[in-house]
Amino acid sequence: MSEDAFRLWSYLSSGPLLWLWVTLVAYWAGDSLFRASGRKPLVNPVLIAVALLGTVLTLTGTPYERYFEGAQFVHFMLGPATVCLAVPLYGALPKVRKVLLPLLAALLVGSVTAMATALGVAKLLGADQALLASLAPKSATAPVAIGIAEGLGGEPTLTAVLVILTGMIGAVAVTPMLNALRLKDWRARGFATGVAAHGIGTARAFQVNETAGAFASIGMGLNAVLTALLAPIVLGLF
Amino acid sequence: MIPALVIILGCQLAGEVISRGLSLPLPGPVLGMVFLLALMAGFAWVRDLVRPTAMGLLGHLSLLFVPAGVGVVAHLDLLAAKGPALAAALILSTLLAILAGAVTFTMVAKWTGAGDE
Repeated sequence: MSEDAFRLWSYLSSGPLLWLWVTLVAYWAGDSLFRASGRKPLVNPVLIAVALLGTVLTLTGTPYERYFEGAQFVHFMLGPATVCLAVPLYGALPKVRKVLLPLLAALLVGSVTAMATALGVAKLLGADQALLASLAPKSATAPVAIGIAEGLGGEPTLTAVLVILTGMIGAVAVTPMLNALRLKDWRARGFATGVAAHGIGTARAFQVNETAGAFASIGMGLNAVLTALLAPIVLGLF
Repeated sequence: MIPALVIILGCQLAGEVISRGLSLPLPGPVLGMVFLLALMAGFAWVRDLVRPTAMGLLGHLSLLFVPAGVGVVAHLDLLAAKGPALAAALILSTLLAILAGAVTFTMVAKWTGAGDE
């Protein structure tokens, strides 16, 4: 590399502008592929963006810490976005009143099942405590799960990926599984999906049925709160 | 948009202060979400003010996971070593949680007479 090009590269790669821009470009690419696929849950825009950015960082020898100096502006918005989940939740409140008991029972059972079975299986297969702490909140929506993992002594970046994978598994499996079992109540189907598979599952539920989608967003919002409360307790059991 | 941000960031700020001040297990933004929900329930003008900004931000929710997700490049060796355990844990727990939640909802709805819709 010539002297000038090297100076330009060291300027760009050390400031926030370049990596902020590359993050937006990678997400744009992932989102375009997602739309082109007809919004298939397996073509996840976040996973595509992560793969592209991971490749770019590896090829340019850029450490994650330097990348994050630019990307932190995007990361910061997770907090305000979590607060904003109150808006769809408020819109769904009238529907909640009618089925308060089934909803609370399903929330508790779904949330505890998600955490306990994940931790049980991982521990049985040799996961250590830090890995369990990163895994525990994986059914909660990503901004919340990342905050919980930080508090539990887990690895937030690992949690982010586990959360996305959880959402994709739920989104792909829910319709064939519940059809096979002849479970027909859209409220039950949507709500359980939102609890277990957060936003990605909720997006899938909206594609299948409007009522399922509304109940999925309630499930996602309530499980964000319940996971934050229960994760330290359930993790303590393993 | 600025008044909406004042309310949204204000809820988050109050959530962070209370969560850290009292060492609560709830992350500050989750507490902030509860505060915003309470404000929306109490004041119609808050609902109208916050909605466009909130829905705009939530429309790009996926983008916000990307920087944390990229951190996985630092854990590739861990994922390779623990890949089968993590895959088994994620698949089993997600399927069982959906199943348990949907069955519980349906059964309790029948018992309480909320029936099928």
